[in-house]
Amino acid sequence: MSNWYRYASPVNLYPLASRMIPWFAIPAAILLAVGLYVGLFVAPTDFQQGDVYRVLFIHVPAAWMGMLLYLLMALYAAVGWAWNARASSMMASALSVTGALFTLLSLITGGLWGKPTWGTWWVWDARTTSTLILLFLYAGFISLQSAIDDPRRADRAGAVLALVGVVNVPIIYFSVQWWNTLHQGATIRIASATTTMAAPMLAAWSIMVAACWFYSVAVVLGRLCCIISDREHLEVVR
Amino acid sequence: MLEASHLECVRGNRTIFRDLSFAVRPGDCFRLTGPNGSGKTSLLRMLCGLLSPTHGTIRWHGAGIETLGEEYFSSIAYVGHRPGIKDEFTAMENLQVSSGMRGIEISRKAAASALERMGLGGRLHVPARFLSEGERRRAAIARLAVNHSMLWLLDEVLTSLDRFAVKTIQLLIEDHLDAGGMAIVATHQELNLSSGQSQRIELAA
Amino acid sequence: MKAASHLVMFRWLLRREMILAWRRKSDMISMLAFFVIIASLFPLGVDPDSRLLRYMAPGVVWISALLASMLGLGSLFSSDYTDGTLEQMWITPQPRLLIVAGKILAQCLLTGMPLVLISPLLALQFGLTSSEMRFLAVSLLTGIPVLNLIGAIGSALTIGVRGGGLVVALIVLPLCIPVLVFGAGGNLSLVGAVLALTLVFAPWAAASALTIVVED
Repeated sequence: MSNWYRYASPVNLYPLASRMIPWFAIPAAILLAVGLYVGLFVAPTDFQQGDVYRVLFIHVPAAWMGMLLYLLMALYAAVGWAWNARASSMMASALSVTGALFTLLSLITGGLWGKPTWGTWWVWDARTTSTLILLFLYAGFISLQSAIDDPRRADRAGAVLALVGVVNVPIIYFSVQWWNTLHQGATIRIASATTTMAAPMLAAWSIMVAACWFYSVAVVLGRLCCIISDREHLEVVR
Repeated sequence: MLEASHLECVRGNRTIFRDLSFAVRPGDCFRLTGPNGSGKTSLLRMLCGLLSPTHGTIRWHGAGIETLGEEYFSSIAYVGHRPGIKDEFTAMENLQVSSGMRGIEISRKAAASALERMGLGGRLHVPARFLSEGERRRAAIARLAVNHSMLWLLDEVLTSLDRFAVKTIQLLIEDHLDAGGMAIVATHQELNLSSGQSQRIELAA
Repeated sequence: MKAASHLVMFRWLLRREMILAWRRKSDMISMLAFFVIIASLFPLGVDPDSRLLRYMAPGVVWISALLASMLGLGSLFSSDYTDGTLEQMWITPQPRLLIVAGKILAQCLLTGMPLVLISPLLALQFGLTSSEMRFLAVSLLTGIPVLNLIGAIGSALTIGVRGGGLVVALIVLPLCIPVLVFGAGGNLSLVGAVLALTLVFAPWAAASALTIVVED
């Protein structure tokens, strides 16, 4: 176990991280291909929504990733701050961009689903609005870190902000729900689209979620390597 | 009594100094010298508790300063590069506010006499933005006269001051040392204290 | 006795902030002017129809208060940091949490309360009845401290940072959405709940953020 503490140093972490990338990138590509195939071709056409529902195979996993990565990011940032572990903070920074992109992807695919189904690209319902605010939280974190020149200060400031964000997320979610019921906005429940899930749909779903995870790990590790080589002035050894 | 042992300072990827140890006893004055970038300011900030050493301990009367917290802060006075003077306040107000912020009210008389001692007698009620840099520095140092802290940590307080001001500060430090106080002064100039040789901490580049 | 010295410090802190604000009066006046101007932009940009105005009034006033508060935030800690008084405060034998709480309280009294006092004027412009005006003022009274508390965290995180006011706004505005929603939506008890929560967490978060900057 004490061996693992080696990897708390970014310089030691770099070779491990870069070696791990292919182990996640290749399965990610495979899972994505399989998942898309099953989702687009094998799963049956939904009798209510036609083929449009297939967008949900990307939309829902993306939304989950957006939320989960925020929590992970806050966790890594907090550990990096509390234990003064640079590698942990770098991980948080690496996670932030991927999380933001997934959140953005879920908003875009949500619109792609919404237009044929409900007639609008955007609707101010509780879930979409909360996702939008999550994107703002990511934007705040990323912009704070890029505005601060001193990397250690950026790490710590990001940790404070991420923790404040995490505490706020339930409050924001609750307030948006409340706001939504107040104004009786459209309650588009995406869950309703998945109440009757045939086996191929479920399979496509699970595969896409797995694909998102593998993709995230691969991409985050890649970004982590860039951050490490940037901050530790390492030569990239090919 | 202040004891520093095996202090190490790492900033970014550079080790500024390592394995620095010294002890300061009542009546001691340490002159901190070294070229620019050798860590004088970092060392003083460490002794203030404003910077954590990457290695080593700082003890005050045997207890680590991180554990002592407020108790240690009540024993120190720090005048750093940024003087700690608000431009919008007069020298008198600055002194009263800084003392009040430590939880101690001082009378206008006490504040006035401290400022007069620093040669600011005629400039008591001028907003600090109209004071010269030397006068501002002297207004900041007047804090030391009303503070009654045992340990003074001074960072380049003598630069760009005229001979009279330098003399005034030296007298102030001497009186402080005679009363059993301690001082660590980072300065390029000789201190010329009458109470004997001040010891030196020389930081290499 | 320690508590006595804490009280002395708190009194002096408030006094210090008041005198500083008085000597920089123009800052406060600009902020109030900004508040009024933003609120006036809505009827100009949307529709001065009186029914619409009455309907949007709480939201518009709240948003204007939010944006105007953002203005005052940038300088909460930055000038103290630049002239060294912040680090002096950091090494006094006084609890840092109390110092931060005092600064936020002063900010609230000096920038927040004037907004509350001016809000009836805006309420008039938007055609609210006097009871609606009172309700709006009370909701601002309860909610603006939340804006200042959260804003203090953002301000502490961004001392001396490039992009100044924009970065603070980007960080703070999403976090203020709950209080905006509850305040403009007229639910005082929820605003109060958010205030209670923020009172507990925000000073600590702001103090941590300041520690990061001061202990460099």
